[in-house]
Amino acid sequence: MKSVLYIIVGTFLGVILYKSEAASWFRIYEMFQFDSFHMYGIIGSALAVGIVLVQWIKRSKVKSFFGEPINIQDKERSFTRYIIGGTLFGLGWALGGACPGPMYILAGAGYWPILIVLFGAVMGAFIYGILRDKLPH
Amino acid sequence: MLYQPWPWYIAGPLIALVMAVLILMGKRFGMSSNLETFCSIGGAGKFTDYFKVDLKSRRWNLLVVLGSVIGGFLGARVLSPNPAVQISEKTVAKLNELGFESSGTAYLPTELFSLEALAHPTVWILLLVAGFLVGFGTRYAGGCTSGHAISGLSNLQRPSLIAVIGFFIGGLIMVHIIFPLIFGS
Repeated sequence: MKSVLYIIVGTFLGVILYKSEAASWFRIYEMFQFDSFHMYGIIGSALAVGIVLVQWIKRSKVKSFFGEPINIQDKERSFTRYIIGGTLFGLGWALGGACPGPMYILAGAGYWPILIVLFGAVMGAFIYGILRDKLPH
Repeated sequence: MLYQPWPWYIAGPLIALVMAVLILMGKRFGMSSNLETFCSIGGAGKFTDYFKVDLKSRRWNLLVVLGSVIGGFLGARVLSPNPAVQISEKTVAKLNELGFESSGTAYLPTELFSLEALAHPTVWILLLVAGFLVGFGTRYAGGCTSGHAISGLSNLQRPSLIAVIGFFIGGLIMVHIIFPLIFGS
């Protein structure tokens, strides 16, 4: 039953990101050209609602749907890993026009060359895992 | 309405809702950790302990991935009679100058994402490099657009703000400095 719920949530996410064109290479390019408010509107309104929902979940100490306590982990404190990793991510995001979620969505939509991007992303994650101990965090 | 592109003020709040539902299911909204799960499934644990994980604990997120593949299929094949993305005219002009004739008429540029484009080895290299940077960068930064820009910032995390600033530094460098070098001539 839980499995079906995760699939439904994923399906919902896929439809939203496809239909809002957040999964379109063109929208990402346009965002980095500051030519349209569209992507900023999506991220901004997601954040506005997201902040309210997360604060409510934290303050009300509401339990999960399955009765467990909810623990939202804080991100580890650092600067180096976030700025370097983030910049590398941004370079790839603008070139490929897709972040990890949209890669799966575009595969489902039938844009097969995205599988090359996805393969590259898995390789990138693999090489990160190998080099992890040698990189500054 | 459903068949038209969805406006930002519908999409943004719905994305936040997806995040909240996942948190209320005792999980989190983060798509890039699945890349590591694929490494683990592929046997990367043989190379470093980093990839030795309990796959059962990652299963839920793979189901979200499966769902998003289905969602992409539905969005494209059922809910979108017209795939053209109505980007601004300024963007279309800039892309035409770079040689992207498909701007304004397609969902993804056919110059990179069509089977015909794959006849050019350069396209393979660009797609692979793009993916590699996303995969390496997101794991280095510990999250992507969903994990940092949406989840992290919603939880007012300073590390996520630094990561998102990084996303923009990288994106701006790519689009404004590197694109003219790759596509310009």
